[in-house]
Amino acid sequence: MIRGRRAKLQVFRVVAFILFGAFFVVPIYSMFEFSTRGIGNAPRTLDNWKAIGTYPDMVAGIVNSLELAAITSIAILVVLVPTMVWVRLRLPRLRRVIELISLLPLTIPAIVLVVGFWPMYQWLGNNVSDSILTLSFAYAILVLPYSYRALDAGLAAIDVKTLSEAARSLGANWPTVIWRVIVPNISSALLNAALLSVALVLGEYTIANNLLYPNLQVSLVSLGRTNAGVSIAVAVASLLFAFVLLIAISFVGRPRRMRSEVA
Amino acid sequence: MSTARPGIEVRLENLSRRYAGVTALDGLNLTMAPGELVALLGPSGCGKTTALRLVAGLEDADGGRVVIGGQDVTNVPANKREIGMVFQAYSLFPHMTAMQNVEFGMQLHDVDAAERRKRAVDMLELVGLSAHVNKYANQMSGGQQQRVALARALAIEPKVLLLDEPLSALDARVRARLRDEIRRVQLEVGTTTLFVTHDQEEALAIADRVGVMNAGHIEQLGPPTVIYSRPATPFVAEFVGLTNRLAGVVKGGEVEVRGTRLPLVKPDSNDGPAIALVRPEAVSVAADGDMSPGPLIGSVISTVFLGATSRVTVDLGDITVLAQLPTSDATSLTAGTRVRLAMRRDPVLIARDEKTSTEA
Repeated sequence: MIRGRRAKLQVFRVVAFILFGAFFVVPIYSMFEFSTRGIGNAPRTLDNWKAIGTYPDMVAGIVNSLELAAITSIAILVVLVPTMVWVRLRLPRLRRVIELISLLPLTIPAIVLVVGFWPMYQWLGNNVSDSILTLSFAYAILVLPYSYRALDAGLAAIDVKTLSEAARSLGANWPTVIWRVIVPNISSALLNAALLSVALVLGEYTIANNLLYPNLQVSLVSLGRTNAGVSIAVAVASLLFAFVLLIAISFVGRPRRMRSEVA
Repeated sequence: MSTARPGIEVRLENLSRRYAGVTALDGLNLTMAPGELVALLGPSGCGKTTALRLVAGLEDADGGRVVIGGQDVTNVPANKREIGMVFQAYSLFPHMTAMQNVEFGMQLHDVDAAERRKRAVDMLELVGLSAHVNKYANQMSGGQQQRVALARALAIEPKVLLLDEPLSALDARVRARLRDEIRRVQLEVGTTTLFVTHDQEEALAIADRVGVMNAGHIEQLGPPTVIYSRPATPFVAEFVGLTNRLAGVVKGGEVEVRGTRLPLVKPDSNDGPAIALVRPEAVSVAADGDMSPGPLIGSVISTVFLGATSRVTVDLGDITVLAQLPTSDATSLTAGTRVRLAMRRDPVLIARDEKTSTEA
């Protein structure tokens, strides 16, 4: 009976894996196929892929998005981790409020956010900087719900109060507590939060386009109007980049200690 | 290996702490002599852990002072108090080995690497874990983790060692062994130690002095033998050890309980009705001789084997009485056996009403 149930579960797993695999692989394969299609009856070619570097706007868009992804990921972690630790330890009653605030960006459509950001970015452009990197402010808000969720799960998995009190009693100040005790124990959560931030920033179009900043997606759309093949090649490359990043992070975040039997 | 250091005096002066209108500590006073181990014992919510956390600096006092080695540290942050603490919950840093855990505090105190390593090895040897230096917390048992936590706390050579129910998460056998080990290590290093527990056996076994706490203050502070044999208040008598509450009448400095006159701890108590608090070991049981009806004649309800002693519950008709006697004397006392009780003439405490009144 149990063996039969296990076999059914195994079949379900295989079927689910194939279906979900197809869901992701078929569109990517189709894009790849399109990007390598020759003109007319010409054989397959990687010309579109080779041409990526010849479009300076595209390269700039890629660099901009990568820089934004890095800045946003780091900024959100630097702000969120100490805040969430502090709220857990000192202001536990505020947890629900903070959680609610962090989820708000999910409920507000991106186009509405843009309307709110517009005057702020106008002021920023006139008084501080009109660099595209200022978009990281807006992106930090955009990734807040996802990062918060990932970090909250990480912090819930450890006894933050006892660990920080133990470190304090041993002479650690608060930055040391966070950097040397909390952070190493939520490394998987940090990586997850960073990955989500990177993925969101690399795929963001609405805010950048409406605030007139040329990030990867804006450049892709722009290029797609003149050369669809190269545009699709870049899209596939960015998807593969995110996929490789996901794999790398899942390996880095894997616990390095093996459990052993306890005496 | 000798690691003994001169201990430091610790004084808690009139400490008070309230949480949302509830008084957790109500003017607590306690002076710990250098190198002394004091156990704070009491029921949940009596304020014992709050007192310890105030000494550690993990919470702020609403009033009073914490003085360590003559220095007022009431407003000194936790990380500057030079205190070692072992927590009830397992508190080893999961990403560090036992060795790294022990070295952590010394790194923060700028102890150089060679000295740090030597001291960490010494401390782990002191707690009997030399063979486990490279293990992570999840590779050690609960008892081993608490021993590493003890080594870690002692490695920084703290002025005071604070133990917050460090044994409560362990099973009974490990608890007893580790309890003895903590005492051995504490005597060896000579650090003044405050030990918080709700387990009376633990407190009586380990401490130089026991402070029994109730409602935010210490009801009685004294050596374990005094706390047990001469409780100062009915609360202490009933919280520490088992006690029979027997109705009686006070007259002329004695209390008459079921036909037996017992001396009072405080002979100047007013005459009148009272509840005498009689320890089970002060009650003897005889199953032979005259069994004609009387106030101390009854039948055995149950006999519980405790090892060297057994506890016998006897029904006297209107009340049940507990007696504790050597197991060799209790083997024949099966349920239903007619027995005659007698009370040893030890001085007893009395309570005037059900629970609270003290006539000590």
